[in-house]
Amino acid sequence: MADKLFVAHAPHMHKTESIAGIMWRVNLALIPSGLVALFIFGPAALWVMASGVLAAVGTEAFIQKARGQKVTVSDGSAFMTGLLVAYNLPAHCPIWVAAAGSIFAIAIAKQAFGGLGRNIFNPALAGRAFLVAAWPKYMTTFTKPFVYDAVTQATPLSLIKEGKASGMVDLGLSYWDLFIGNRGGSLGEVCILALLLGGVYLLCRGIITWHTPVSFIATVAVFMWAFGSPEGLFRGDALFQILSGGLVLGAVFMATDYVTSPVTKKGQVIFGICCGLLTGVIRRWGGYPEGVCYSILVMNAAAPLIDRFVQKRRYGVA
Amino acid sequence: MVRIEEHKHLTENKPIEQAVLPARVVIPLLQHLGKTLDRVLVKPQDHVRRGECLATSDKGVFAPVHASISGTVSQIADFPHPVSGFCRAIEIEGDGKDEALDTMKPRTSDEVARLTAAELRAIVFESGIVGLGGATFPAHIKLAPAKPIEDFIVNGAECEPYLTADNRLLIEKSREIVDGIKLVARIIQPKNISIAIENNKPQAIRCMREAVKSLGWRVVVLKTAYPQGGEKQVIKSCLRREVPSGKLPFDIGVLVHNVGTVVAIAEAVYLRKPLYERVMTVSGACLENPKNLLVRLGTLVEDLLKQCGPMTREPKRIIMGGPMMGIAQFTPQTPVIKGTSGILALDEAEEKEQEESFCVRCGACVENCPIGLNPGLIALAIAKGRLDLAESYGIMDCIECGLCAYVCPGRRHIVQAIKAAKLKIRKQQNK
Ligand code: SF4
Ligand code: SF4
Repeated sequence: MADKLFVAHAPHMHKTESIAGIMWRVNLALIPSGLVALFIFGPAALWVMASGVLAAVGTEAFIQKARGQKVTVSDGSAFMTGLLVAYNLPAHCPIWVAAAGSIFAIAIAKQAFGGLGRNIFNPALAGRAFLVAAWPKYMTTFTKPFVYDAVTQATPLSLIKEGKASGMVDLGLSYWDLFIGNRGGSLGEVCILALLLGGVYLLCRGIITWHTPVSFIATVAVFMWAFGSPEGLFRGDALFQILSGGLVLGAVFMATDYVTSPVTKKGQVIFGICCGLLTGVIRRWGGYPEGVCYSILVMNAAAPLIDRFVQKRRYGVA
Repeated sequence: MVRIEEHKHLTENKPIEQAVLPARVVIPLLQHLGKTLDRVLVKPQDHVRRGECLATSDKGVFAPVHASISGTVSQIADFPHPVSGFCRAIEIEGDGKDEALDTMKPRTSDEVARLTAAELRAIVFESGIVGLGGATFPAHIKLAPAKPIEDFIVNGAECEPYLTADNRLLIEKSREIVDGIKLVARIIQPKNISIAIENNKPQAIRCMREAVKSLGWRVVVLKTAYPQGGEKQVIKSCLRREVPSGKLPFDIGVLVHNVGTVVAIAEAVYLRKPLYERVMTVSGACLENPKNLLVRLGTLVEDLLKQCGPMTREPKRIIMGGPMMGIAQFTPQTPVIKGTSGILALDEAEEKEQEESFCVRCGACVENCPIGLNPGLIALAIAKGRLDLAESYGIMDCIECGLCAYVCPGRRHIVQAIKAAKLKIRKQQNK
């Protein structure tokens, strides 16, 4: 027995959760939204998702190989980035657009910073921001749900922004339509029900906590209720604001990204509130109809600062 | 703090058994926090009896060691040591008679009643008693605090997984515990006495409540969470007070002793019995019959594993202490010492070593650190060689509980890096 004993430092016991386990669970939680997207937008959505994922995984493997590092695509994080890039795209955008977004996300936003854990910005959102800057046309042409053809339809938020509609009645939509995804929008953001399903799963598994998503969504709701209507204070439609755009997708799956958000719960609440305020300001007064992506990116950059100033109280330190 | 897998069901209901008398014991000269004993009182070929003092010192922080069996001193040499690799030790070949020293006769309660505080303290010192919770700080020093003690806490939290020795003591030796507490109270005159037990030990809680019924002491039931039994945690949980950073419990008028230590004090005073045996848990998935054993110090680990066998499978790791803070042994021939609260024979499944990956900033370590540190950040500072940064992040307050490394999904060796860095920082400070 003696010559085979394994000697290492304490602790000699570990929680079984691994990084790969967490990442694949998040991927699992994203699946309902993907399935619903197929149903709503047809097979085009599948090609966009496949191309996003393949490009992300391929890019990560290629870069790691080229650098002589261990290839870690099996940890599921590149898969997740690719999927999230696709979820942020219109279902009928050309598949090379999805691939370009994923390549940018992995090569520039993740690997150029040193790989998993060292990136400052959420890779998927950085990829999306890149695409919006590079090919705005493809990024803003949304298709009508349940037509399975490239019949375009503007998103509810942009109709409101452009003044073509002022509320639910003009849009001809019910809250239920918004909740189940019967509206124009990015392929992974439209069905709130599916997103919540995934979110609840992640909450139950302890992979995310309520702090970021709830503070983010609640802030948008309150802000838009207070300032969202041109008709005066406290006349905005909070529920509409929660259900439309990419708020739920962003708050549940992207603002909660470990690497790019604060580590303390208190910090996460501050992070969520700031994301919410920025989203509200952009939606109401900014140049874009939707502000979730940019607010999270801005707050990603601020996360280290939040961590610096918001720390847990130390035992025995007055 | 967080609830972790306990594995206590393996032994928690098993009464303490006397371990088989060892044929040979190895008594290291370092079994306490302090300096190695430098005055050896025996030489090879000497005959010794159980309870006889083998080695001591003249000054400094130390506790003497005693023979745990009767027999012949066969050699004084370097032997494997559970904590420091190798250490000078006295080997005794047993004669199988287990003769005790003539002086080891119980004191009558009258005799005990007449002892002064100074005499009691001297008995604790001569009996070689150290903190049996694992810290092994000599008990007599803690019993001579520079400031008056208001609160005396008896620590029966026992938060390490697998270990159930204190649980059994609370159940089976509640009378001795009460006696021991009374003796300590005579020495330090505390205002309040609390006995802290985690709520996963309902039987122990019942027994202690029963035992202290008319005494006005508190039995404090603590939430089961690791590391609830850490000195700083137990003080906070019992008294809602904190030990200021860089200070010791006595600075805020608190004394904490482990239940095992209190029992040892009672036995030393009432039975004139020096510390030559202790209760420990021998457990782990590799053992068919895990047990709580009363073990003579110096018994070799392999002898104890045999008594709890047969092996269900070959152990891949042998841990002395609990799985969170214990020390992996490189050989089963190490002797158990005063600080040994348990021996674990773990197999690979329990023990899979995984590759360290980069920090994903998940915050699990931050969330769970009982001291409120940011362990991941400290480890990054250490990796960059920035010990000054690590210090400003509070590394010296770390209690080395290992929870950060336990929860880290990246399997980062956080506490391992912290321990090494703390040693380095201390060395620099001493220069
Ligand atoms: S940093 Fe120290 S005190 Fe905090 S969890 Fe890690 S080992 Fe425990
Ligand atoms: S638990 Fe590990 S991965 Fe998570 S923040 Fe701490 S060091 Fe980083």
